Amino acid sequence: MLYYLLRRSLYMLLLLVVLSMAGFAIIQLPPGDYLNSYIQALAMRGAAPDEAELAALKRQYGLDLPLHRQYLKWAGRALAGDFGRSMDWRKPVSELIADRMLLTVIMNAAAMVFIYVVAVPIGIYAATHQYSVGDHALTVVSLTGLATPQFLLALVLMVFMVRQFGASVGGLFSPEYVDAAWSVGRVIDLMAHLPVPVIIIGLSGTAALIRVMRSGVLDELKKQYVVTARAKGAAERALLFKYPVRVAINPIISTVGWMLPATISGGTITAVVLSLPTVGPMLLRALRNQDMFLGGTIVMLLGFLTVIGTFVSDMLLMWIDPRIRYERST
Amino acid sequence: MAEPAVSNAAATAEQAEERLYLASQWQLMWRRLGRHRVALAGGAVLLLFYLTMCLGAEFFATYARDTRFKEFSFAPPSRVRVIDADGRLRLPFVYGLEPGRDPVSFRKVYTEDVTVRYPLRLFTRGERYELWGLIPADRHLIGVAEPGLLLLFGSDELGRDLFSRTLYGGRISLSIGLVGVAVSFVLGCILGGVSGFYGGAIDNTIQRVIEFLLSIPTIPLWMALAAAVPVDWPPLRVYFGITIILSIIGWTALARVVRGKLISTREEDFVVAAQIAGSTERKIIVRHLLPSFLSYLIVDLTLSIPRMILGETALSFLGLGLRPPVVSWGVLLNQAQNVKAVALHPWMMIPAIFVIVSVLAFNLLGDGLRDAADPYASH
Repeated sequence: MLYYLLRRSLYMLLLLVVLSMAGFAIIQLPPGDYLNSYIQALAMRGAAPDEAELAALKRQYGLDLPLHRQYLKWAGRALAGDFGRSMDWRKPVSELIADRMLLTVIMNAAAMVFIYVVAVPIGIYAATHQYSVGDHALTVVSLTGLATPQFLLALVLMVFMVRQFGASVGGLFSPEYVDAAWSVGRVIDLMAHLPVPVIIIGLSGTAALIRVMRSGVLDELKKQYVVTARAKGAAERALLFKYPVRVAINPIISTVGWMLPATISGGTITAVVLSLPTVGPMLLRALRNQDMFLGGTIVMLLGFLTVIGTFVSDMLLMWIDPRIRYERST
Repeated sequence: MAEPAVSNAAATAEQAEERLYLASQWQLMWRRLGRHRVALAGGAVLLLFYLTMCLGAEFFATYARDTRFKEFSFAPPSRVRVIDADGRLRLPFVYGLEPGRDPVSFRKVYTEDVTVRYPLRLFTRGERYELWGLIPADRHLIGVAEPGLLLLFGSDELGRDLFSRTLYGGRISLSIGLVGVAVSFVLGCILGGVSGFYGGAIDNTIQRVIEFLLSIPTIPLWMALAAAVPVDWPPLRVYFGITIILSIIGWTALARVVRGKLISTREEDFVVAAQIAGSTERKIIVRHLLPSFLSYLIVDLTLSIPRMILGETALSFLGLGLRPPVVSWGVLLNQAQNVKAVALHPWMMIPAIFVIVSVLAFNLLGDGLRDAADPYASH
């Protein structure tokens, strides 16, 4: 088991390294380097670049070095928490995204919790009431939920709010808390604002998961041990939760591997529509302005988030499912 | 007298059974799909969409893609009536539209001029176009005589007919799904095939690459890649650029299916039998392996088209994907980003309904195909 844990951690580290290469590649993607863009940005503001500053920047980012050395230099700085400077905001990237990254993590974690808490009971209900009116209604709702991209849902909601109340509801904080420092009041304010975006982001994941859970429980209900248990007089409810649900819940946990990337992916664009103070809108702005240190770092960190999240879910699965624990340790 | 009838019925039942046994895999699939009403409905909707948008947008649209009615920006959808102001029943018609300004808010308002009626006409003459770039024509399925206006979905900020633009947008949005899936299909079959057939280190490498790609949240990755598409590229190149970006993730799912099926069928008895009978490797792959899982591939393809459509819509919505003058559903929805404007002109959201309906139709059809393709399902 320790061996499995070790191997899994090493694999995660490898993924993180590859992700950082991808992040660096994105930074390098647009034609020209950071310096050219910086000069252009300055020229657009009508300012002339300062020669000494340019030389210093060039040395700082190692722009005259070969590509792999540049990467190592950048990665070394990134490890120390220095992701370069955003030329659009003219601030260090780490300073810009620290707060937003935290909110992104909170929001996505809340969305994941929402998805599982809502989908599992509904999936069980749909399976035990197969072909009932409720099951059919849920099927229709979840299929529509799957087909509706989150940002459209967010847009419809915003339009509805504006039409009903004449004001848009965006953001995660009330006006008085937007720039405030963290305090108990701010956390409570955040809690009050979270549900709407979390529900929007979680809806399509919930829809997908209901279907997985439903078919999982249905498969188990057909098995002979269920018939045997019934024949021996086990109470239906106890039987259901003790065996089929327990078996069906394992594949559900392993769905975190694709549910988490999908949630973060959808959350990014939903955040743009709802103008949430997460990394989503900042990523869009960075990419539009070719502010690549910021853009690449955000994509990379979102990747980190999913890789680490998946790792945690794997550990969870190992803890819950003894079959995996023994199979993989051998 | 009754006897021959009975034996007749028995004979037809027997024949039917025999047909079932003799039916090929495709006939069986088709038959089972035929019983799946919802899937058929999905297929019918898609057929209609592809016919009216990808093939015949010029004919089905009431106006050309970029025709502007300068006086009529943000005009609401025309109300097609059958009862006129005097309460008489008539063939479908629209009233003339009078632009004006609200004296208080200075907002554009439109009033119907009940004195002029423009009856709807089928196969009416309208703007000239060249169907598929070849056949010059000027017939449109539906329209009204000038100077009447038929704005079925209203008009946008520049006074362009949203119905026509939705059809032209569908041409791009729906076709990008097909082209993207074609690219993914080739990539997925080759890489998945290599991975499953050779195994070993190659297999391992490809599987790790897939896992890596699946671990990145798609939309941020697509955004970053799409942002790198140069602004000065011509529309067609951007179109293919975006398609390829969407396929970067798309092929992974397919490669996994191909690999899994290859590995599981490689050991099947019928393959061993073919080997013993002296079939060449190539013949085994083409004649035995491929047909045995082609149906699964088709299911997977059907289910991955909507992902492409949603991806394109999301990117264009953000302004990172296709750009005007190219029209796609995402580009149309990009104009709906201004929430206040949409609240005043809710018809700007109509393209979203088309996105949802087509994605839903693809999912339903794919679900039905999956059931039909499973040879182990009970009849």
